[in-house]
Amino acid sequence: MPPRPPLSIFTKMKRQAVLQNRNVLGWLQASPLAVVLLGFLVAPIVMIVIVSFWGATEYSIYPAFQFDNYEFLFGSSVTYTVFFNTFKYALITWAMTLVLGFTVAYFLAFEVRSLKWQIGLFLVCTIPFWTSNIIRMISWIPFLGRNGLANSTLISWGVIDEPLEWLLFSDFSVILAFVHLYTLFMVVPIFNSMMRIDRSLLEAARDCGASGFQTLRNVIIPLCKPGIMIGTIFVTTLVMGDFITVRFMSGSQRANVGRLISNDISLLQYPSASATAVVLLCTVLIVIALLLRLVDIRKEL
Amino acid sequence: MEKRSRSFYVLAAFFGLFVLFLYGPIVTIGILSFQGPQGGLTFPMNGVSLHWFRDLFQEQAVGDIWGSFRRSFALGLMVMVTTVVVSVLGGLAFRKRFAGSTVLFYLTIASLVIPSILISLGVGLIFNQIGLPVHWASSGFGSQLTWTIPFGLLIMFAVFNRFDKSYEEAARDQGATAWQTFTYVVLPIIAPSLLGVALFGFTLSYDEFARTLLTAGSYNTLPLEIFGMTTNVTTPVIFALGTLTTLFSFFVIGVFFLAVWLSSRRQDKTSDAGKGMV
Repeated sequence: MPPRPPLSIFTKMKRQAVLQNRNVLGWLQASPLAVVLLGFLVAPIVMIVIVSFWGATEYSIYPAFQFDNYEFLFGSSVTYTVFFNTFKYALITWAMTLVLGFTVAYFLAFEVRSLKWQIGLFLVCTIPFWTSNIIRMISWIPFLGRNGLANSTLISWGVIDEPLEWLLFSDFSVILAFVHLYTLFMVVPIFNSMMRIDRSLLEAARDCGASGFQTLRNVIIPLCKPGIMIGTIFVTTLVMGDFITVRFMSGSQRANVGRLISNDISLLQYPSASATAVVLLCTVLIVIALLLRLVDIRKEL
Repeated sequence: MEKRSRSFYVLAAFFGLFVLFLYGPIVTIGILSFQGPQGGLTFPMNGVSLHWFRDLFQEQAVGDIWGSFRRSFALGLMVMVTTVVVSVLGGLAFRKRFAGSTVLFYLTIASLVIPSILISLGVGLIFNQIGLPVHWASSGFGSQLTWTIPFGLLIMFAVFNRFDKSYEEAARDQGATAWQTFTYVVLPIIAPSLLGVALFGFTLSYDEFARTLLTAGSYNTLPLEIFGMTTNVTTPVIFALGTLTTLFSFFVIGVFFLAVWLSSRRQDKTSDAGKGMV
């Protein structure tokens, strides 16, 4: 390339104009997005923060600036149990979806050889995502119930003598449903990272005498880190913010923070619900901030 | 082709089990929805009949299933169209790295990770305080967009990051206006991906529960209706409904895949653009 001639003042001005123009056009194009996010994301959050300082009577709420809701929240031992439960669900679900998701993605990316099959099997994994979560939860009932498939099969095999009670409406069923619903969120980003790995790196590893396990540990896993992180963010935030899976799959016998909020809502205790929501939001944001220190998502798209 | 290693068969079996885990339950309720009139929520089958499907189509006490289906369908279409338009515009905007784009990007990501119940609660509170009634087509519509648009935008990011700018430059060099470049060059190239965005928009809206819970108002959408049924319906009619709505989802997904396939085939056939490059 020949050396560039110095820019004339006119070119500079023109560039400036284009730059400004570009900003204006960018804003115009981004404005619908901004309107939706301001109106239905930022404003609601601001509203929740405001209402969290309000007071409530049995049937109405009134504007105020008091810390009663927070005092009550932090003063109650229930809060700590429920937060502990929330983290427990998030951690266990995360570990299980990671192992499952990674293995499935590994199979698709490295063991299936034709692109057609890769795409086909990948779609098989993603299709349930486009169906109803509620139906997918309901569909566990015939499996896990007292007289369900799992119990009757185990009894007929002679593994157990009487039905297991902890299959449905327990921590077990809650986590099972979480794994069932959210493993996809691990599979997709990890698969995406794996497909970008240059296959010659794997050959190089093998040529250098690395065993399959060493290749996995020293080449594949480090290169999948961004995918793993994105999946982790999805799964942990979805589980931490959930209330319906816990309510439905535990038959209202277990609680997490989301259920605490939804219970307050059903009692019309909006200020108290808002305070809990603010604390939940802060918790989720802290978790994400910690995770984001490990990966720059914008680079990975 | 080299021989399959043992790990292939182990992993293939694992994958098979995973698919069984994904689809097994839904297939089970599909079978159970054909229970005889005396049948219960679990096996064994007590005869085989269409009793519970017939139940769905009759005038019933359990609620307004068909009304809620119509609302969910209409809302899904509204959300779908809006999601496609906003995502494409947003995707174009983000290519320009305009001032403030970083903030907007992080807001979009935040929209994905913020618990749905917060959106539901916040939007409900705002409508309450302004004195507007919550309605599925206003507050419910907006709340769902905060879930569908980020997915649409992520797809657009992926599309535009792989988009070859020289097509646009070529169009511009030949004297096309910005609008012509967009409609005749950019849009046809990204069209199959737009179908993907539309699929996300429709299905995520059609199945959304948490964000519509406090924002749908007095007329339920289908997921809300189904959830209401879980607390007071103890017959396989709920399985029949689940089977039907899942089949409907599969049908919608199938239509989108067909459309993607057709549009990519048309692209392959009608134009030899880029063939010389290979």
